[in-house]
Amino acid sequence: MADSQFSGKLIGVIGDEDTVTGFLLAGVGERTSAGTNFLVVKKETRPAEVLQKFKELTEREDVAIILINQHIANLIRQELAKYTKLVPTVLEIPSKEHPYDPTKDQVLKQVNLLLGGE
Amino acid sequence: MSSSDRIDGVFATRMNQQTYKAKVKGAEKGYELLKKKADALKARFRALLKEIRDAKMALAEEMPAAFLGLASAMYLNEKFRDNVAYEVKDASVRVFASEDNVAGVRLPVFQENFIESQGDRFGLTQGGQTIEQAKKKFQSLILKLVKLASLQTSFVTLDEALKVTNRRVNALEFVVIPRMTATVKYIAKELDEMEREEFFRLKKVVAMSDDGPPPEDVDTKEAETALPGFDESNEDDVIF
Repeated sequence: MADSQFSGKLIGVIGDEDTVTGFLLAGVGERTSAGTNFLVVKKETRPAEVLQKFKELTEREDVAIILINQHIANLIRQELAKYTKLVPTVLEIPSKEHPYDPTKDQVLKQVNLLLGGE
Repeated sequence: MSSSDRIDGVFATRMNQQTYKAKVKGAEKGYELLKKKADALKARFRALLKEIRDAKMALAEEMPAAFLGLASAMYLNEKFRDNVAYEVKDASVRVFASEDNVAGVRLPVFQENFIESQGDRFGLTQGGQTIEQAKKKFQSLILKLVKLASLQTSFVTLDEALKVTNRRVNALEFVVIPRMTATVKYIAKELDEMEREEFFRLKKVVAMSDDGPPPEDVDTKEAETALPGFDESNEDDVIF
């Protein structure tokens, strides 16, 4: 993937159908022979699959940001807490059915801790 | 290890005294500089914390609007999801990483870049405008997300840098500088002690010579009785 080095890095998406569709519509998705940079998580998707995709995305050189729905992030919360690499950055985003819960966000937890309170 | 421990294996000499005095000065200067750096980082860090929190909260509010736009697009075209997923080939959104510099700490900053996609591939027949709107909303969402990603990376980097700097500041303040000061004190003490000994010795010598040189014959006799066969007159004084 030499050309993607020149034209910038990708944004990976792991989310429910609506989230992924929305971001694909905006043009984040990429499909190559090596695979895709997004994963649609449905009800029947197992956490192991999510975890595998997450690991795959974090290990890819050409991914800079990984967007993950919060309720899906909760499935792999333990792995996510262990993730300390700087790039790709993992961003937890709200989804349609699941409103945003600031107390579960790994980064926001730390932020609130440092700001002292809540 | 107590902080007043001096550095081992340093001989009390004038040269070492000079060296360690210079080292203490250097360490103090370094401490001041690092302290300033830590303060600068801390200021930036706190600003960042607030920014992240606000951005996250704003995001939570903006997401539903984007989903609403998407829902109306899907309402008009039931195969919309599949079409979108099917059409994916090359990403038209790319992220570039540049660097920001705060007090010598490099912070990665992401910059998004939208490549104009080759025409509208979806919904030319049904609900093109609604889809376009949904697309716009998600694109503006991406803009925010990329900014948030930058903030978040900066946050992690700064956090780490801050820890390291604070560790260094504390090490200098509580370990390195006290040890060096103790060493300088030790050297000064030892040098004083040596000086006193030397002074005392000189006083003894002067006291002895003030008594006047003892008569030659007595001296020889005493010397001969003390050490037979040892002629003191031929020997130089041995000074320890």
